[in-house]
Amino acid sequence: MYYFGDPAIWLPFVFAGLMGVSILIYVVLDGFDLGVGVLFPFATDAEKDRMIASIGPFWDANETWLVLAVGLLLVAFPAAHGVILTALYLPVAIMLIGLILRGVAFEFRAKAPAPHKRLWNNAFFAGSLMTSLSQGFMLGMYVMGLEWTWINVAFAMLTAVFLTVGYSFIGATWVIHKTSDALQIKAVEWAKGGIWGLILGIGAVSLATPLVSTRIFDKWFSWPEALFLTPLPILSALLVFWLWSMLRAMPFAGDRRSWQPFAAATALWVMAFGGMAYSFYPYVVPEKITIYEAASAPESLFIILIGTSIVLPTILGYTVLSYVIFRGKATELRYD
Amino acid sequence: MDIETLLLSRIQFAANISFHILFPTITIALGWVLLFFKLRYNRTGDERWMEAYRFWVKIFALSFAMGVVSGITMSFQFGTNWPGFMETVGNIAGPLLAYEIMTAFFLEAVFLGIMLFGFSRVPNWVHTLATFLVAFGTLMSAFWIIVLNSWMHTPQGFEMIDGVAYATDWSAIIFNPSMPYRFVHMVLASFLTVSFLIAGVSAYRWLIGGRTDGVRVALKTAVFAAALLIPVQIFVGDLHGLNTKEFQPAKVAAMEGNWETGTGVPLVLFALPDEQARENRFEIAIPKLASFILTRDWNGKVTGLNEFVGEDGEILHPRVAPVFWSFRVMVGTGLLMLLVSWTAAFLILRRKRGVEGLPKPMLYGLVGMSFSGWLATLAGWYTTEIGRQPWLVQGVMTTKEAVADVPAPMVLSTLIAYLLVYAALLAAYIFVIFYLARKTARGEDIGTRNAPPPAAAPKTLPAE
Repeated sequence: MYYFGDPAIWLPFVFAGLMGVSILIYVVLDGFDLGVGVLFPFATDAEKDRMIASIGPFWDANETWLVLAVGLLLVAFPAAHGVILTALYLPVAIMLIGLILRGVAFEFRAKAPAPHKRLWNNAFFAGSLMTSLSQGFMLGMYVMGLEWTWINVAFAMLTAVFLTVGYSFIGATWVIHKTSDALQIKAVEWAKGGIWGLILGIGAVSLATPLVSTRIFDKWFSWPEALFLTPLPILSALLVFWLWSMLRAMPFAGDRRSWQPFAAATALWVMAFGGMAYSFYPYVVPEKITIYEAASAPESLFIILIGTSIVLPTILGYTVLSYVIFRGKATELRYD
Repeated sequence: MDIETLLLSRIQFAANISFHILFPTITIALGWVLLFFKLRYNRTGDERWMEAYRFWVKIFALSFAMGVVSGITMSFQFGTNWPGFMETVGNIAGPLLAYEIMTAFFLEAVFLGIMLFGFSRVPNWVHTLATFLVAFGTLMSAFWIIVLNSWMHTPQGFEMIDGVAYATDWSAIIFNPSMPYRFVHMVLASFLTVSFLIAGVSAYRWLIGGRTDGVRVALKTAVFAAALLIPVQIFVGDLHGLNTKEFQPAKVAAMEGNWETGTGVPLVLFALPDEQARENRFEIAIPKLASFILTRDWNGKVTGLNEFVGEDGEILHPRVAPVFWSFRVMVGTGLLMLLVSWTAAFLILRRKRGVEGLPKPMLYGLVGMSFSGWLATLAGWYTTEIGRQPWLVQGVMTTKEAVADVPAPMVLSTLIAYLLVYAALLAAYIFVIFYLARKTARGEDIGTRNAPPPAAAPKTLPAE
């Protein structure tokens, strides 16, 4: 067990990395299907069906990344799990009820009698909205250090709105990729409207984080680190510019490049997330508990790692496989 | 610690886990039943097996979604309400939960899409394989959770250092003494629940005129499965009880409503246990039978609840009435299942007319028993979980030590919200099952989930 140096150092680091990757995959994957739910009120009934069909085979697996992320927090950093989730008690409860509502609305809206369908459509929208808002709220609270003060709550409310609009943006880019004709054109408009939420959200978090903590401020604005970090904001700005010019010209003839807005949005997400991870490392509870202090015993982590290193690549393989099988434009979902 | 917070947190966890377990109880076995339907179809090419498959795969999808979303709630509640649990035994519970999530959850969720919507998109064998992997994943999920739960009842293979548990022997942890019994008991409970659900819903479809071959095979499969499994379950349940007597005698004493240690202890059929007076009121009992069941000796010695009162008067056994009554509900439901399934199996076999041989009252009886599995399963879990109190991990930590210091009104408000959502969803779930049954009985197609009207159908076809 001592092959790579002290396991009390590298194991928590590896697990923090795994947890980070899970959260990142979650916000991209469930981000787009939550976003599709947030966009529901803007779509006609027939469009709603196609939007649902575009996420139908994926949402279940998408949501399990949240389970994995929280699971890793729970099993690898038990001390932090308690602190974070107790501090976020109410938003977590709202998110859970939101997840329950949208998850079951998926099934019920397809199976319930026609008159009930509107009810379940509303439940799907409400659930998606509750989930997105509460996740954005939690992001804001986390950035501000998990203290319930007025200023922090106000900031968290802002990030709640930004993240929700951000999700609706990535959801719109997904719809652009998975649909055609009138709905695709509509989705381009949604994406143009939503991109601002993403920019403001990333901007707000990027500005707030170094202001809250001098440690983070120093990490970003001291020489020579600043030199290595400058590509991050510059690349992000270029991506936004590219996205914007692309969206203005879409859709292209023959459905060319319909996957590119989603890919660009994902890249943007990855960079924002990378920046945050860099800021907060080595803390798992901001400025209070480091990953090394919160980690489980190395022996237990090692056992989990064995399973993870077999299972995670396999899961990634399966995930890719299912996206390949259900590639192309969304058609009606049939049980045959 | 606020006593109300403890009580409310316990009720909230009980509500969540009770709601959650309803759906895995269905999916654990239904996955295998679907695989059975699929394999019969592959073997015989007979369309009726696919008809049964297509109906029940929808119930599976619905149950699965309910299970996933209510399961997510669980993993968060460990942190929001019970941080002491993972802080104390996280080194053991962590890996077990991790394996549950990894090996099982993903396998199910990823292949579910193919299983549900991939029949025409992938080769037949891939679809069969996906069905198998979903069933297998669900069973593995159950395995790891039962391992953890059983370890909380019969912990071993660890040492305590500064109040934190460290694993010393993983095979001892996984194969802890109560795990094999609890696992088999739960898997059988799941198969019985599904058998009675399929039998009940099929009987309902039959009664309202949906007399297709698919309904016929589903009803027959379910009745025979139930009739075969219920005696096995009673046998396994008895073994599980003996195992509990060895490791958690206080729980068995509460189940039996037996206060005093003695020989030739009677089996209490009915009583109102009185916690204050520490005795039973209105007791109806069969002499010496409890001794015989628990020790296989009419005069065997059985431990009573009074052994579990500390010198300072601290009570280290569970509250008696809930355990006593849950146990009776479970056993009573089990016996009723035996009666109903054997009668139905007998009627199908005797008249040689198959399902046509079932008289109307029998069919109504089966409809009435549709959710009997849920009742028995919940009652069984209440027996074993309340029976472990006041311990959270038997002999290691109490429930009181694990609870989070969240203000009671906050817990109360989330509890009310959960209860409202759960009640509505449960009603919707049961309604939709019978709605789908009525719809198929009318001969309508329920194959399409989100069929857009023709005008809106996409022009671009999927790349194939």
